[in-house]
Amino acid sequence: MSLTYLEAIREAQYEALRKNPNVFLYGQDIGGFGGAFKATKNLQNEFPGRVFDAPISEDAMVGMAIGAAIEGAHPILEMQFADFSTVGFNQVVNQAATLYWRTNTPCPITIRLPSGGTAGSGPFHSQSMEAIYAHYPGLVILTPATVEDAYWMLLDSVECQDPVIFCEHKFLYYHLKADSFGDRDLPIGKARIARPGRHATVVTYSAMLHESIRAAEELQADGYQVEVVDLRSVKPIDTDTILASVARTGRLLCVGEAFPWGGVTAEVLARVATEAFHLLDAPPQRLNSKDTPIPYHPNLWKAHRPTVASITDALRRLLRD
Amino acid sequence: MSLTTVSPSPTAGFTAQFRDDYVKAYRTMLMSRILEDKLASLYRAGRLVGGVYLGKGQEAYSAALGCQLTKGKDILGTFIRDQAARIAWGEPLLDAFRTYFGSVLGPMRGRDGNVHRGRPKEGLPAMISHIGSMTGVVAGMLFARRLQGRLGDAVGVVTIGEGGTSTGAFHEGLNLAAVEKLPLIMAITNNQFSYSTANSRQFACENLIDRAKGYGVDGYTVDGTDLVDCLRVVSTAVRRAREGHGPQMIVASLLRLSGHGEHDDASYIPDAMKQSSVGRDCMVVAEQRLIAEGWGTAAEVESWRAECRTAIEKTMAQVTKEPAPDPFKESWRALSTPELAEGMWLE
Repeated sequence: MSLTYLEAIREAQYEALRKNPNVFLYGQDIGGFGGAFKATKNLQNEFPGRVFDAPISEDAMVGMAIGAAIEGAHPILEMQFADFSTVGFNQVVNQAATLYWRTNTPCPITIRLPSGGTAGSGPFHSQSMEAIYAHYPGLVILTPATVEDAYWMLLDSVECQDPVIFCEHKFLYYHLKADSFGDRDLPIGKARIARPGRHATVVTYSAMLHESIRAAEELQADGYQVEVVDLRSVKPIDTDTILASVARTGRLLCVGEAFPWGGVTAEVLARVATEAFHLLDAPPQRLNSKDTPIPYHPNLWKAHRPTVASITDALRRLLRD
Repeated sequence: MSLTTVSPSPTAGFTAQFRDDYVKAYRTMLMSRILEDKLASLYRAGRLVGGVYLGKGQEAYSAALGCQLTKGKDILGTFIRDQAARIAWGEPLLDAFRTYFGSVLGPMRGRDGNVHRGRPKEGLPAMISHIGSMTGVVAGMLFARRLQGRLGDAVGVVTIGEGGTSTGAFHEGLNLAAVEKLPLIMAITNNQFSYSTANSRQFACENLIDRAKGYGVDGYTVDGTDLVDCLRVVSTAVRRAREGHGPQMIVASLLRLSGHGEHDDASYIPDAMKQSSVGRDCMVVAEQRLIAEGWGTAAEVESWRAECRTAIEKTMAQVTKEPAPDPFKESWRALSTPELAEGMWLE
């Protein structure tokens, strides 16, 4: 049997609905239709009265989820695409993220963001929003890269009493498969050494994990052992695991699919430079998408985001220094 | 009173119940006005932290709204000019003073101030500054209670100004509430100015209540300077919501009798408007009516005022002795889950 990343998302929501009567699902087209990506397929039939179609109103959807959380419910919101969450941005960063701090009232909501690029999706169906949400205090930002993490981290989100932005990568929905969901082994906030090595560290997350592992495999032929760290959670970020890896390798490349200005890769470099400058044998490097909107045509799209080739190039330069 | 879509309550004669409601609302208005006059003078004396935003001129409407609600059952989603509604709903004076003074013992503990205070778990969500945003939140509170089978005949009030109706959040929230047929009362105050912007630059429809039909909700207009009209209209709207008729939209017309905040002298409000019927002070109108109907005497009103002043002075005396927040005792943690909190890595 093989399970996809998308099935993990669906099964985790099934399990959350089954286990916790306070959970309900709310989003556009998620009811009888089962969602734009079928991440909620059949759930309305299986849990009558707990899976609701929402109007095209991201602001009100998030506001509604916050109100429901105040009353003890745990809504899971589906944004049809991460890109559209900007319409509900104010409610996320100013209402949900401040509620506990201002009023001592926890805000347990999970907002699923189908994130990242796929070929042909263009500027408004491809964005990665983790950095912009991570900037605001009061939110937890998860970026699962594996089928197992997609399943267990979504269940972790529903057990969390704080607002969780769950960035699930659309490129992984169908491509990524596993035999089972495995065991719940790491808590939120812990990174994983996805591939051990000793010559350089790649810190990455979400779909870029898989590109980075392939790049590491290419370099193995040249005799380099590249360690790949999967952040899993970009906020909180596991600085300890990053620093420990850099201590082993002395070299750092951070790879992210998001736009280059600021963001997760800049944060990782800042932490390593301030906390572990003495451990570095070469200037730390980062690789992101280009600083333009995300292009429509596959030829342009492939060149816009980091690829196995560009990550391999960056690693070769890093290893030469 | 004029109703666009719903038949009014009988207008002839007043019941004993109406008289009691009127007196209760009027006394709430008195407390609100005296409290806000006090806050304004404290602001001018530099005694308060941050700004002061008053509801002067809309106490009749605000009190009528609050008086229809039961604390512990109904939800009050306030905006910045709802001191009277807060008092009527049952918010203690202590919460107001503690938040204005920034007392660490208040509901906001110095982390947020003035009119942003609330107790969400008790049905008083704490507004954020982004106008219209509370609509979705109050809708969600009602939605969750219905899902959990414990809504009963509770209602939620959302208050907003005419300027707030221009926001996307207002539109999205009211539309969502209407789709879900939630017992939400959208209480709009048309006080003629959004900060300094006149209605001619805010909306183009003849009357905001015309929008009710577009949302598929019941709509009412009310003279916000007249407590009798406010009590009749608001009680009808709240009753309709309790009975399951879905969202109710009320538009009250009145004039803001202060600046946007106490930092604003409101010099942009024309004198002619102040002299017109919309510029009447609802406190004066309500007191004249109270005495004319024989529901109270001038001497009683004076004794009620004295009671208000005593309660306000007593509360203030207590709060000014309370500790301000201490940055060294502040947790500096925005998440309820301590092990997920970031921010200590630089220390």
